[in-house]
Amino acid sequence: MIPRYQKILFLLLLVASLAMGAELWHLRERAHQRLLAGENSAPTKAPVIAPAEQATLLVANDADGSLTPQARSLPLPSDPGARARAVLGQLLDLYAAPDAAHHLAGGASGLAQVFLLPIPADAHKAAGELAVVNLTSSFASTHPSGIETESLTILSICGTLRANLPEVTEVRFLIDGQPRATLAGHADLTRTYLTADAVPVAGTAHE
Amino acid sequence: MRWSSRGERTLRFPANRVHLGSVRRTGWAERIVAVVIFSGLASFGQTAQPAARFVVVLDAAHGGSDPGGTLSSGQPEKAATLALSVRLRSLLAARGIAVVTTRESDTDVLPNDRAAIANHANAQVCLNLHASETGSGVHLFVSSLAPSPPERFVPWKTAQATAITSSIALAGALNAALLHAGVNVTLGRTALITVDSMTCPAVAVELAPQRGSDNQITAQPDDPDYQARIATTLATALLEWRSEASHMEARQP
Repeated sequence: MIPRYQKILFLLLLVASLAMGAELWHLRERAHQRLLAGENSAPTKAPVIAPAEQATLLVANDADGSLTPQARSLPLPSDPGARARAVLGQLLDLYAAPDAAHHLAGGASGLAQVFLLPIPADAHKAAGELAVVNLTSSFASTHPSGIETESLTILSICGTLRANLPEVTEVRFLIDGQPRATLAGHADLTRTYLTADAVPVAGTAHE
Repeated sequence: MRWSSRGERTLRFPANRVHLGSVRRTGWAERIVAVVIFSGLASFGQTAQPAARFVVVLDAAHGGSDPGGTLSSGQPEKAATLALSVRLRSLLAARGIAVVTTRESDTDVLPNDRAAIANHANAQVCLNLHASETGSGVHLFVSSLAPSPPERFVPWKTAQATAITSSIALAGALNAALLHAGVNVTLGRTALITVDSMTCPAVAVELAPQRGSDNQITAQPDDPDYQARIATTLATALLEWRSEASHMEARQP
């Protein structure tokens, strides 16, 4: 014979178990609804591919130490920073080609980031933008060493930025986010390069 | 700035090409430190002593723990620059020119120490010697700093700005002599830490491989005969530069 108090206790435990099971089911449903709601908030539209535009790359040549403008049709983003990265990436890809006249290893992967920072106007200069070009250490370590070849790389980057983003007036270089004395032992990376001093030279110059 | 090339392939940035002229340094050192420099420019063409000693500073780049680039022959750049410096020093000394070198062996010399040696020597010519496996012939580089008038106090890192005009003239003289010797020359302006801190007329001389008409390499920068030929030509050019400098001094009131 089961005592009365045990029957009551059993019933209470049964009711509590059923209540907890119901609450668990309810929580599971709420979590499932939250999950579905999160999925619904995800973008469903495919990313828009930027339209192709004309970009000008200043391509270096080690043989005669020249920089030649080359027009290229590229999909360029509207954001200036992404645009700068796109044109410089294309420039470095060009240099990575085996038959490049200014051969550099790595291609666009040698360019980590490009940041554009506003330069306020003052009494000595007009307002513009400073481009901070962050190159990778692997790019710097595989770059050929020499005054001419290092200068050509820097000049072609500065000239390409100026040709496609005229608002960029100054350029600074970093390697893996850190300042560095030289690119590959020669060209000074501690200074700020002024793109405003880029001047076209018409014809063969003679003194 | 336009460069003399005598119609040969010496122009750095030809038609429809652009180059960056001057650049600006920034940094705490420049803002805080203004080093008193007795301007080397004042010693050239502006000195009160017409018979001032003609001093040439030869700066063999790299050395010690800094090998520089590696040439196609496998030799480090530091060895080629030292060899060229030694050859040139001997040739200049034999012609009665006082020579100061920044290093005579495979030792570490910091960029600022190199500039300090040149500035203390009060030199009329400073040659920063390099070697490269790319390009061809001889590359002559002048600092890309914008010219500024001579002053008693100049920032260390941009001291070369007061001597830019003389440096360009010196590069022109070297260019003419090398072209006369049949050497392919590339002229340009660039930013080099050592040269930018020198107050003397300074040119960076980068010896690149000698190439034939088919662009094949006929002599490496560390080839002794090639180096001797270039050193002789540079010595001849500096002799001419010295005589022109003495004529300019004689014309001073």
